[in-house]
Amino acid sequence: MSLIFRLSSRNLFQDRMRFVATVIGIVFSIVLVTVQMGLFLSFGRMVTTMIDHAPADLWIVPSGTKCFEDPSFVDERESFRALSINGVAETLPIVIGFAQWRLSSGGTTPVFIIGSDMRTAGLRPWNVVAGDLADLAIPGAVAIDRSYLGRLETTGLGASAEIGDQRVEVVAVTKDIRAFTTTPYVFTSLERARASMGTSPDKATYFMVRLAAGADAETVRGRLRKILSESEVLTPDEFRGRSRSFWLFGTGAGAALFAGALLGIIVGTVIVAQILYSSIKDHLHEFATLRAIGSSAMYLNKVIILQALLSAAIGFSIASGIGLVIVAATADTALPIIMTPMMSLGLFVLTVVMCVSSAISAIVQVMRIDPAVAFTR
Amino acid sequence: MTEPVLEAVDVVKYLGHGPGQVQAVRGASLSLAGGELILLMGPSGSGKTTLLSILGCILSPTSGTVRVCGQSTAGMRREEMARLRREHVGFIFQSYHLFPTLTAADNVQLALDVRGEAPASALRKAEQALAIVGLAHKAGSFPRELSGGEQQRVAIARAIVGNPSAILADEPTGALDSQNGHAVMRVLAQIAKDRSHGVLVVTHDPRIVEFADRIVRIEDGRIVGEERGGAGLD
Repeated sequence: MSLIFRLSSRNLFQDRMRFVATVIGIVFSIVLVTVQMGLFLSFGRMVTTMIDHAPADLWIVPSGTKCFEDPSFVDERESFRALSINGVAETLPIVIGFAQWRLSSGGTTPVFIIGSDMRTAGLRPWNVVAGDLADLAIPGAVAIDRSYLGRLETTGLGASAEIGDQRVEVVAVTKDIRAFTTTPYVFTSLERARASMGTSPDKATYFMVRLAAGADAETVRGRLRKILSESEVLTPDEFRGRSRSFWLFGTGAGAALFAGALLGIIVGTVIVAQILYSSIKDHLHEFATLRAIGSSAMYLNKVIILQALLSAAIGFSIASGIGLVIVAATADTALPIIMTPMMSLGLFVLTVVMCVSSAISAIVQVMRIDPAVAFTR
Repeated sequence: MTEPVLEAVDVVKYLGHGPGQVQAVRGASLSLAGGELILLMGPSGSGKTTLLSILGCILSPTSGTVRVCGQSTAGMRREEMARLRREHVGFIFQSYHLFPTLTAADNVQLALDVRGEAPASALRKAEQALAIVGLAHKAGSFPRELSGGEQQRVAIARAIVGNPSAILADEPTGALDSQNGHAVMRVLAQIAKDRSHGVLVVTHDPRIVEFADRIVRIEDGRIVGEERGGAGLD
């Protein structure tokens, strides 16, 4: 261990209460940022989960669509026009919208219907833990997520219920298909979805375009744009981008999460800066002595920056541990907090930047130090 | 005696600004040669420590000339002054100013670490310096485990470990009893003789005059007299 490291670490640990306060400041800040960013990531994923699982090469959407949950309609003629384009293999309609699920105790609760052709490669549920997807082709069959069984007052597989006065039967149960709006998703056939919501049979919310083998998506998209007058053609990435942009920034939810994270960074930086500053003040004679015996300003800065980096490493380790506990604790909630390796790396860099920035006021103080202070008694 | 390792010529130093400004040093001239031990004596507020700080390149004079090993400090910036101190001057303070979280060996090694010396070589030299002051067996002790006299000897080891041309000591016996004060002065005098360091000791302790080659008296910022000391090591 180098001498400068020994000096830095022992100065840091010498006053245990101050060290604990430093670490608490960093941990508080980084945990807050972890939660906010974890929610942001989770929210960002949830708002695109249907698009992520849809087998679409291109999407035909109503003009001005802002997000997947935007229940406008496209006329079926747009689909026929699309099918006339060279490079389009098939178009698959999706109908979405809100309906009322009748509870066994009386009353109703809103559900979000996803209607798709369950016999072909439509938007079908995933993560099936009970039942068979093939049964969704049976008239009146639905799939729901197990996290909503209590909310929908149903026992799950084989249970009957009513949506919009029409009888349905649960033939498949999924896991982890949760809506950020907390309104349960219900997967069903196209016909049942239209019937439940009173939608005309010649309308669909979206048409998923499947390309013919070897067809170029951009070329086909250009051709579609020329002939489709009442709708837009989006790539999956564009559709994801619109959904994220609408829910995260259009609604202010993302800004609120960022503001929370920023607050965490500011509070953490101020706490660490204040503590480092007071630590340096307490060791002023030592720094003056170092200066008097000829140390360069860079050497003194290294001592302070090493203290900041040590604080960062210890604070980040503890904050990461707490973060993992939070991730595990929220895994089965409506909005689980997500931590990815990239996010962890980013948080580590943020912690280091925060702590080193916090050291600036201490460095400024030490740069001004008069070595003659060493001669004061 | 050899060529001066430190030299001040007609040095003037004002401290403070505005109405509170004081002239701490008024045209003082002093030279310190290698192998020589000088006591700079005077009452409190006479400008002893200010002159020592100027000679040690900690303060710049308002006017006059300071040379360290023949090199003038005129116009030098803070970092250049720090380099001069690092290379040519060792300091001993009345309150020792050892780092409480470091061992005696670490404290001594610190003077070499700031010079960028390799750790293995620095440790070896630190142990040798501690041996010179008679504290080889205390290398692993922390300052709180040492007596005042031992702490001051560790500070001396820190001052000499880089083999500086001059050692400047500010009241090195001020916090010690007579026995420890004599032990410390004996070490400093020995170092001056054996290693040809110039040693300047600021003091108002009359008990240690026997160790001086010269005694320079300062009052109100002026050198007012000089006499030969006892220079006794026996």
